[in-house]
Amino acid sequence: MAAIENIIFYIFLFFSTYIQVFFFVTYLENRKKIVRRDGKAELRTYPAVTITVPCWNEEKTIEKTVQSLLNLNYPKDKLHIFLIDDGSTDGTWEVIKKFEHESNIKIFHKENGGKHTALNFGVEHMTTDFFGCLDADSYAHPESLARIMSYFERDPEVMAVAPSVTVYNPKNIIQKAQEAEYFMGVYFKKMLGFLGAINVTPGPLTIFRKKVFDDLGPYRHAYNTEDMEIAYRMQANHYKIEHCNDAYVYTNTPATARKLYKQRLRWIYGFLNNTLDYKNVILRKKYGNFALFTLPTGIITVFSVSFFSAQIILNVFDYISRKVLQFKTVGWSLSPQAPNFDIFFVNTQPIIVLSVIIYCFIIFSMLFGRRMSEGKWNFSARMLYFFPIFSVLAPLWLLKGVYNTIVTKQPNWR
Amino acid sequence: MTTVDWKKYIIVFFITAVLFLTASYISNYFGNKRIEEIKSIQDKISIDILSSETQYSLLSELSCKNIADSGFSRELGELGSKLEWGESNLGAAQEVSYLRKYYALLQIKDYLLSKRISERCKTKSAFILYFYTNAENCSDCEREGYVLSSLREKYPELRVYSFDYSTDLSAVKAMLHIYKIEDTKLPALVIDDEVLTGFHGVEELEKRIQESFKLKEPQEGNSDPVKK
Repeated sequence: MAAIENIIFYIFLFFSTYIQVFFFVTYLENRKKIVRRDGKAELRTYPAVTITVPCWNEEKTIEKTVQSLLNLNYPKDKLHIFLIDDGSTDGTWEVIKKFEHESNIKIFHKENGGKHTALNFGVEHMTTDFFGCLDADSYAHPESLARIMSYFERDPEVMAVAPSVTVYNPKNIIQKAQEAEYFMGVYFKKMLGFLGAINVTPGPLTIFRKKVFDDLGPYRHAYNTEDMEIAYRMQANHYKIEHCNDAYVYTNTPATARKLYKQRLRWIYGFLNNTLDYKNVILRKKYGNFALFTLPTGIITVFSVSFFSAQIILNVFDYISRKVLQFKTVGWSLSPQAPNFDIFFVNTQPIIVLSVIIYCFIIFSMLFGRRMSEGKWNFSARMLYFFPIFSVLAPLWLLKGVYNTIVTKQPNWR
Repeated sequence: MTTVDWKKYIIVFFITAVLFLTASYISNYFGNKRIEEIKSIQDKISIDILSSETQYSLLSELSCKNIADSGFSRELGELGSKLEWGESNLGAAQEVSYLRKYYALLQIKDYLLSKRISERCKTKSAFILYFYTNAENCSDCEREGYVLSSLREKYPELRVYSFDYSTDLSAVKAMLHIYKIEDTKLPALVIDDEVLTGFHGVEELEKRIQESFKLKEPQEGNSDPVKK
């Protein structure tokens, strides 16, 4: 039994290392192509773009979101903004009404039907060749849209461009841990972009060609992860998705462990179920790296993290039960054991050496993601928050996500 | 149409394989270092014991001052904990189990010699032989282990020699035979030639240890007490 467990363990470890090496090799291959522009992006032409802001009870953040759109460095007559109130029950409608008089803003009120219905409402009403969404809890950098549009100008085959999403004003430890994770996300997304294998076109400011919706149809509910499903659909139809690393969008992140758990449970449930819906794509050569790398990576990550964390939980349980037994037998020992450190007891099993390697890759991806989004290379202590917080919380949402998928129980939006 | 760079998948596979091999090489390297370290500690202890034995036999009128301080017990304890760690963390099971046998033998030699010295020189000391098993789930053995370590911390003069019941060594088997230890009655303790089976708590053993100390206390008129 222990031998089988060991074999599974090393197989998962092998795949986890493989994934990190794959990303790193992709980085080495493409590092010269990564450009980070600081100044204004100039386009030959400025095509008209519709940006839809679906809102449901976002009275606190919506004003700043709209303001960030108005501050975009893009000709006002080419930027059509739709503010769509999806049946909010708070003061959202009153806040967006304030923007009614802006020449390029249209406001709509509809009955609550979920985010994908609000987006489809925007898709139906748009008259432009480009369509994008900006979540009402996110703020766009003034240059972001022009930089994204430069990707469309350069390559007529590009069908969607995703921005770099980072954390807006992280205050507590939960948000700081997410900041490090989002940096890592920027790096991974850029690499997936090079591989033609992006699997999420995030709600904060991904821009699509209208053709995507004309050809492939509107957004779907997709287990509350419509931004993932549309990317899957595009990949399944060989539509090119790029990542614009210097188009920054700042998003508000969950501030408590509980809210983070709910958000991630929704994401992971969406990932598992969308992947199940597109299972015919997995490992099929004609769908490229998306089928051969991205989807298997996601699946392996879910299972290996679940497996590793189950092992950690068992070890911790074992340790605690030993300590309890010791306490029951002899009480608290006055002089704690092993006060003098001996190098002999430093564990150097292969698992430890490999874990160190994987951690180095992860820290590199955070550092490089930060460099791509902030232009700084330096290490920040925030990156260290990521490990304890996600090690404790990620197994919870992963295991629950797997469980919910098995019993087909869909999590709430929040 | 999407093209797949198969070469890259294969290269990454090889890089990963090299990382794995390097990791296991590093791990092996340090594992061997540890085994060497254990071996060198054992050699040192074995030389010490041999030298004390020789000293003891050479000078029957030996002054107790010279010999009573021979403290390999601490080194033996260190060796024991390193071996225990090695058993659960080093892959080389065969090598470690060989070292364990050697360790058991050293313990027996240390026990015999220390007992002789303590009897002759009347030093304050107590000896416990402890038989346990790792084979089955013996939670009493685990508890007894905690009791003995806490007692050892409290009484530095107490020497505990622990033996795995299943050690495949004739010397250990002989002891099991002498004290009539059965594997169904583990853990088992031997204090002053008395066999105790099953779990025994701190208080009970503490009493016995103190009695054992008293037995060795110098009688009136007995010369050459050791001053510490």
